[in-house]
Formats: sequence, structure tokens, C-alpha cells
Amino acid sequence: MRRQRGAARSRRARALREAALGYLLVLPALAVFGVFVFYPFVENFRLALYQTPPYPGLPSRYVGLHQVGQVLSSSGFLQSLTSTVLFVVLVVPAGLLGGLLLAVAAHRRLRGMAVYRVIFSSTVVSSVAVSALVFGTLMDPVVGLLPWLGLNPSPPILQNTTWALPAIALMAVWQFLGLSFIVMSAGLSAVPEEVLEAARVDGASERTVFWRVTVPLLSPTIFFGVVVATIYAFQTFGQVDILIGYSSAAFEHVNLLVYDILNTIEVAKTSGQAAVLSLVLFLLTLGVTLLQLRFIERRVHYAG
Amino acid sequence: MRADATTVRARAARRSWRVALRYTLLTVGAIVVLAPLYLTVVNSLLPPSALAERPPPVFPLHPVWHDYATAWNQGHLAVYLRNSAIQTAVIVCGQLVTSVLAGYAFAFLRFPLRRTLFVVFLATLMIPFEVTLVTNTQTVSDLGWYNTFEGLAVPFLATGFGTFLLRQAFLQIPRDLREAATLDGYGHLRFMVRVAVPLARPALAALGVFSFLAAWNQYLWPLVVTGSGNNVRTVQIGLKLLQGTQVSHADVALAGTVIAVLPLLVLLVVFQKQLVRSLTGGAVK
Repeated sequence: MRRQRGAARSRRARALREAALGYLLVLPALAVFGVFVFYPFVENFRLALYQTPPYPGLPSRYVGLHQVGQVLSSSGFLQSLTSTVLFVVLVVPAGLLGGLLLAVAAHRRLRGMAVYRVIFSSTVVSSVAVSALVFGTLMDPVVGLLPWLGLNPSPPILQNTTWALPAIALMAVWQFLGLSFIVMSAGLSAVPEEVLEAARVDGASERTVFWRVTVPLLSPTIFFGVVVATIYAFQTFGQVDILIGYSSAAFEHVNLLVYDILNTIEVAKTSGQAAVLSLVLFLLTLGVTLLQLRFIERRVHYAG
Repeated sequence: MRADATTVRARAARRSWRVALRYTLLTVGAIVVLAPLYLTVVNSLLPPSALAERPPPVFPLHPVWHDYATAWNQGHLAVYLRNSAIQTAVIVCGQLVTSVLAGYAFAFLRFPLRRTLFVVFLATLMIPFEVTLVTNTQTVSDLGWYNTFEGLAVPFLATGFGTFLLRQAFLQIPRDLREAATLDGYGHLRFMVRVAVPLARPALAALGVFSFLAAWNQYLWPLVVTGSGNNVRTVQIGLKLLQGTQVSHADVALAGTVIAVLPLLVLLVVFQKQLVRSLTGGAVK
């Protein structure tokens, strides 16, 4: 009896020690998340309700939802949102199609394929600054290639209100191509060869096999790609910062959401408005992610 | 018999024609993907006078290394590269350590609220860093961390993705192994260091390569935190400054670009498998 109680006590002590160790191991990461992820995230909701004073040092004023409405209906925000959505439309399909095309071309066991695969995935290592400088020079009105190719928009492409956004989108697509290729390749290699072979034996042409068998089987990968590409496009701004800047004439047309947030913090120094913009960015990202979750759920449902 | 031979030959001819077509396609793709970077390398090696030549030179017959020296010294790229290396090393090591610790706890230890805490970790994946920028700039300024390595690295010392990756890897380890180790008198910490971590090496490598790439290529946060002074500025921000003086020094900026991207191209060639594994972690099992 007494021994039993002693055993129970020592078991409880061991469980307690295990729990303490568990919390201890989780703590470092949790502390970082608490200070640099969750606290600043929640703080957005509070800041959004306070107006930044016109002069530093004055207390910020509680204005409730007034500021939210003000920001969301301002022409600057609407322009920024339009540019961002247009940018997503320019980048996502082109980036994914390009990656898919390269992945299909490289999906064969041929000599030298390893080299091609490294080349196709290579842009995954290039940063926004690298892609900006590479394309900035190629598109330069003096040393660039555009005039030689007979394309010479005036004002120059990166100061041009019509062409600046597509130019930035081209840089983003190139930079995204590597990741897109890697994701699409992984998806393709997960398509079972027997299914394709069965379709071929049934007399289906290569084109039919691709569109009727490969693409449907690839749809989860494509959907994952759409989410990754959309979030990537939402977060782009570096090329605008390096090549165009907020004092350019074309600025209004390339003021992507994250650049708007950055300038609202650093230049306008109105943290309340920046918090509202941050929450919009969060909701956009959340919407895209939830869409993916719903899609996966439906697939599981069909499969079951 | 002869008809057979003809069809075989015809089929072989058709196949080799198809292979040739595929190689053509692949090569066109490779040229499109590589051309921007290749032209950058060529331009960075041309003498300034050749930069405006048309048609553009596609091979530097008389390479000039002068621009590299300028970017390295006057562009302060030597300093920026060192800063990037320090920042990246701290972030990669930090993420590996915190992910191993938390991943181990979630995989091997039982404690109240374990599931809830794991969901909390995953929730960090839903909050893009850009969304937390407003308050993080304030926090770092309050801590006096502007223009310091602490400011650059500390916000990134933990990762929900990495914790998830390592938890999955630890869950693959057979329970029997843990029991056997317990009988041998191994406590949790010793088991983690001696058994679990070595067995999770592939996941560690994947996470390491992934966070190296992400840290080295960071732009937004270093831009905000290293606004003034060369002492901690990273190479990406250095490139922006080189671009600022572009018109007269296009070739110097390009040399800087090559210097900044070169370490990563080496990384890609050496660690392609690990990189692919980490990048496709969410898409394909």
C-alpha cells in the first residue's frame, strides 16, 4: 500500500518534471513569437483606433473606427490596392505557367538534365535587390537593351505610368520562376507513371494524356502554387524601392501595398494609418490561405 | 520482315527527332532564364566604353576586373558581405536551435496545453512579417537596437515552419528507441543531443539551407533597421546604395550584384537536394 503510494508519487513527480522540461524547451521560440509576432500583430488593432498627433510628443488621440474608414476610402489606398491586385494578376499566372512549362520540358530522363534542372531553379537564389539591379540595367534608357530592340517608351519604362508596373512584374516573374519550377517539378514527379501508361495504352495521344490526366492530377500542386505566388506578389516592393522610389512620377502607379505600409511608417510617420494598411494586408493573405484550406478539405471529402 | 525493319527505323528516327526537339526547347528555356544574369556578368567585365556598344557584346573578350575592386572597396561590399555573413549565421543557428528544442518537446514530451501551443506555433505562419512591421520598428527602437546585429537577427530567431519540420522528423523516430535509451539511463536532453538530432539530420539540413537563403536575401527589415551607418548594413542594402549612383557607375553596380549572388549560386549547386526538400515541404509529401 505504502509502496504503491510511493510509486504513484514518483510517477507524478516524473510527469511534472517532463512537463517542466517541455515548457522550458518551447519557451525560447515562444518568447520570440510573443514579442515579435503576436504582440505587434495584436497591437495593430489598437493602433488602428488612434490617430497619430501632427507633432511628435503630443499624445495620440482616440478616434475609433473613424480612421479605418478614412484610410480605406482614401484615393491613395484605393490606388495602392488597385496596383497590388493588378500586380498579382500580372505575376501569378505568368510565373506559374512559366514554371510548369520548364518543369514539363525537364520531366524526362535525358543526358544532361541535371544541368538544366540547376539552371531552371537558379533564380530561386536571387534576391529582390539582385533582380532589381539586373533588370534595372537591362531596362536603362542609356545602357539598356530596350532602345536597341526598338522599344523606347517615353518617358523611360521605369518612369512611365503605364509600363512601370508591368516592368516590375517582369522582374518578379523572373525571380519567382525558380521556385515555381521546383514546386511544379515535385508535383509532376508525384504523378504515378502507371496511370499515364494506362492512358497511352488506351490510345490517348500525348496531348490528351497531358490535359486529361496529368493536369487534373497536378491540380493540388497548381493550387498550392497559386497560393504561394499570390502571397509572394502581395509582399513584393523591393524593386519599386530600388528602381523607382516615392519621389518618381510613376510612383502612384507602382505603390504596392507593402511599400505603402513602409512609407506610411518611415516617411509619413503615421503609425495608426500604417496599422490599418497592415490589417488589410493580413486579411488578403488570410483570404488566400483559407481558400487553399477549403480546397484541400473538399479534395479529402471527394477522396473519402 | 523488311517492312518491320522499316517501321523500326522510322520509329527510331521519330524518337531521335523528338529528343532533339526537347533539347532545343530545354536550351531555349535555359537561355531565357540565364540571359539576365549572364548579361550582368558580361557587362560587369566590360570596359565602360563597351557598355553602350550595339549589338551588345555577348562575351567579354578583354575582361576588366576593375569594377569588382571598386565595388569591393569604394562600395564597401567587403564590409557588407561580412555583415550579411554574421547576420545570416546568427539567424540560421538560432532557428536551428529553437526549432530543435521546440520540435523535440512537441514530439517527445507530454505537458498540458501541448496541442494548443503547437497550434499557436503554426499560427505564426499565417502572419506575414510585413503585417507586424509598425510595432516591430517601435520595439527595436525602444530597445536601442537600431544599427545593431541584435536588431537585425533577434526577431527571426524562431520559426513556426522549422519547428513543424523538425517535429515531423522527430516523430519518425521509433518509440522503441526512446524506451531503449531510457533503460540505458538516457535522460531527455541526452537522448535529444545524442540520438534524435543525428537522426533528424536531413530535416536539419533542409531547414538550414532554407533559412540561409531567406536570411541572406532579406530586404525589408535590414532596410528599416540599418538606415544609417555602414557598421551593420547588409549586402542587399549595399546593392541599393550602389544603384543610387547608377548612371555613371552601372558597371560597378553590376559587379556588386555578381558578388552578392555568387555565394548563393554555389549554395544552390551544392545543396540543391536539401533546398528542394525544404521548398516543397508543403506541397508534396
